[in-house]
Amino acid sequence: MSIAWTRRRLAFGRFWASFRTHKAGVAGLIVLVVAVLLALVAPLFIDAGVTNVVSGTGAKLAPPSLHDPLGTDESGRSILLMIWWGSRTSLLIGFLAALLSMVIGTVLGIAAGHFRGWISAIVMRITDWFLVLPSLVTALVLAAILGGSTLTIIAAIGVTSWPSTARLIRAQTLAVEARPYIERSQALGGGHWHITTRHVLPNVAPLLLASTTLEVASAIVTESTLAFLGVSANKTSWGTMLRGSYDWGAATSGAWWYILVPGLCIVTVVMAFTLCGRALETVLNPRLRRAV
Amino acid sequence: MTVAQPAAEAIEEGPARHGVLRYAAAKVGGALLSIAMVIVATFFAFRLLPGDPVRALAQGRNMTPEQLDLERHRLGLDKSLAEQFVHFVNQTVHFDLGVSYEYKRPVVDLIGERIGSTLLLTGTALVMAVSLGIWQGARAGWRPGSRFDKISTGISLVLWSVPTFWLGLLLLMVFAAGIGPIPGIFPTRGIESVDAPSGFPYLLDVAKHMVLPCLTMVAVVYAQYLLVMRSSVIDEVGQDYVTTARAKGLRDDEIRRRHAVPNALLPTVTLVFMRIGFVVGGAVTVEAIFSWPGLGQLFYEAIRVPDFTLMQGTFLLITVSVILMNTLADVVYHLLDPRVRSA
Repeated sequence: MSIAWTRRRLAFGRFWASFRTHKAGVAGLIVLVVAVLLALVAPLFIDAGVTNVVSGTGAKLAPPSLHDPLGTDESGRSILLMIWWGSRTSLLIGFLAALLSMVIGTVLGIAAGHFRGWISAIVMRITDWFLVLPSLVTALVLAAILGGSTLTIIAAIGVTSWPSTARLIRAQTLAVEARPYIERSQALGGGHWHITTRHVLPNVAPLLLASTTLEVASAIVTESTLAFLGVSANKTSWGTMLRGSYDWGAATSGAWWYILVPGLCIVTVVMAFTLCGRALETVLNPRLRRAV
Repeated sequence: MTVAQPAAEAIEEGPARHGVLRYAAAKVGGALLSIAMVIVATFFAFRLLPGDPVRALAQGRNMTPEQLDLERHRLGLDKSLAEQFVHFVNQTVHFDLGVSYEYKRPVVDLIGERIGSTLLLTGTALVMAVSLGIWQGARAGWRPGSRFDKISTGISLVLWSVPTFWLGLLLLMVFAAGIGPIPGIFPTRGIESVDAPSGFPYLLDVAKHMVLPCLTMVAVVYAQYLLVMRSSVIDEVGQDYVTTARAKGLRDDEIRRRHAVPNALLPTVTLVFMRIGFVVGGAVTVEAIFSWPGLGQLFYEAIRVPDFTLMQGTFLLITVSVILMNTLADVVYHLLDPRVRSA
């Protein structure tokens, strides 16, 4: 036990020393930690009341001032407070959708790589099918049919974004299973469950961490797009705020703060996840550099 | 990443032509299977998932139970699921996509009216994005790490992280509405002015309406072409033939243009078509923002209403065309690139 712990600590130390040399990755990580902490502590200071249309305290579509540092929306609500509260929905959906996508992708990817013959053929057929479907269009249809609650948005994003992970994991599984220690494990009587969970999964885990990070970024963009196109129920997120800005003609009436602020939040968080994910990828697997 | 699969499984021995035909047949078979899966999945998604379509149709309208029953009968929802399925498949393979609830007109007619403007916008944007991406990618990949490489890759990565709709909103705010001292230059919505002239001025009018939607799409889409082209060119730089060309005394520029780029071009162009699904998603968003009267906007309206027949019809059309494009790209790539054939 203690030997394993020491080894893990050393491995983590090596990983951290290497990650630290990627300045962009560290910057991304800092932004992420700050964003997540802010979202977590939000209920200590404000509540869902800031998104209530009748409780707006400022003037309608007022530019940034001392009272409302980032201006107000069409009902006089403070953009700053709404951004803060909305970050909870945006980040939650981003994380959970990425998680769902990773779980589906990993299970199917390992299954396709580990089992040969018809199981692999069927799983790959399904993966290729999902891969070719236009994901945003499919997610829009799913969200529209299912009704647009937070859970259905997560499901719609997760279900349409797993295929690339499945392919990645399948390739990695094939590579891992070609190694001699798998043969040894089989000779000692290791079954499918033992081999996939004890040997394959730990080997693909670093790759999964990096690709989850990148997946969160794209899930946040997809969430905001779905919300903007109006399939999300009215829970405040950065996407629904931009929807509001479009519906109330903020672009044509010069209310730049209403458009700029939520959008910049999305871009900052997405960039942070992307930088962090790319740094992780380089550190954890120098041979693998994604083209995109 | 969808790189064309090496065709090792599809080809065993024998003359290359034969192999290509077999490969094409296998791919077309796969595409037909995918299309069949789309039709089946669409049927069940629109009927089995929670939410009664009639209830959804009646949203916001007062309808008696009798009217609801009548509506159910009209939509064939009172038949058994098996009967409905056979009916649906039969209709779909005959290109009958039902009647839109909102417009009270056949979905096929609505699609027919809109498809032209979508092809115009998406086609123009795609040509521009591909040329820009390939040109910059080739230059960036020829000297990786150079200033040109850093700047162009950096800009494209930033644009890549920006949500399409937000970029559209920004352009709308700056160039259509005008901000501060900048006057609005371009129209905010639609494909033509209300008092559109005819003849050549009409074309100019349409072009003016197309600038902002097109710019939005190009900005978001070209990054991936740049990155793919860049990495293909980087692969070519180390090849022996480049060294040979250099030893023969060809100018650097010429080696790039005449030798490296053509070789790097093929995988890139294939990938362009492989990822057409992404472009389609962008087109829906852009058309929604700029009220461009195309298929994407039709789909968006169907979702907003919601008009399930229209949504189903446009979804089927979009998905099937994406599958066909992918297959075509796959087969053409195989036909043109001997490196994949012999792999």
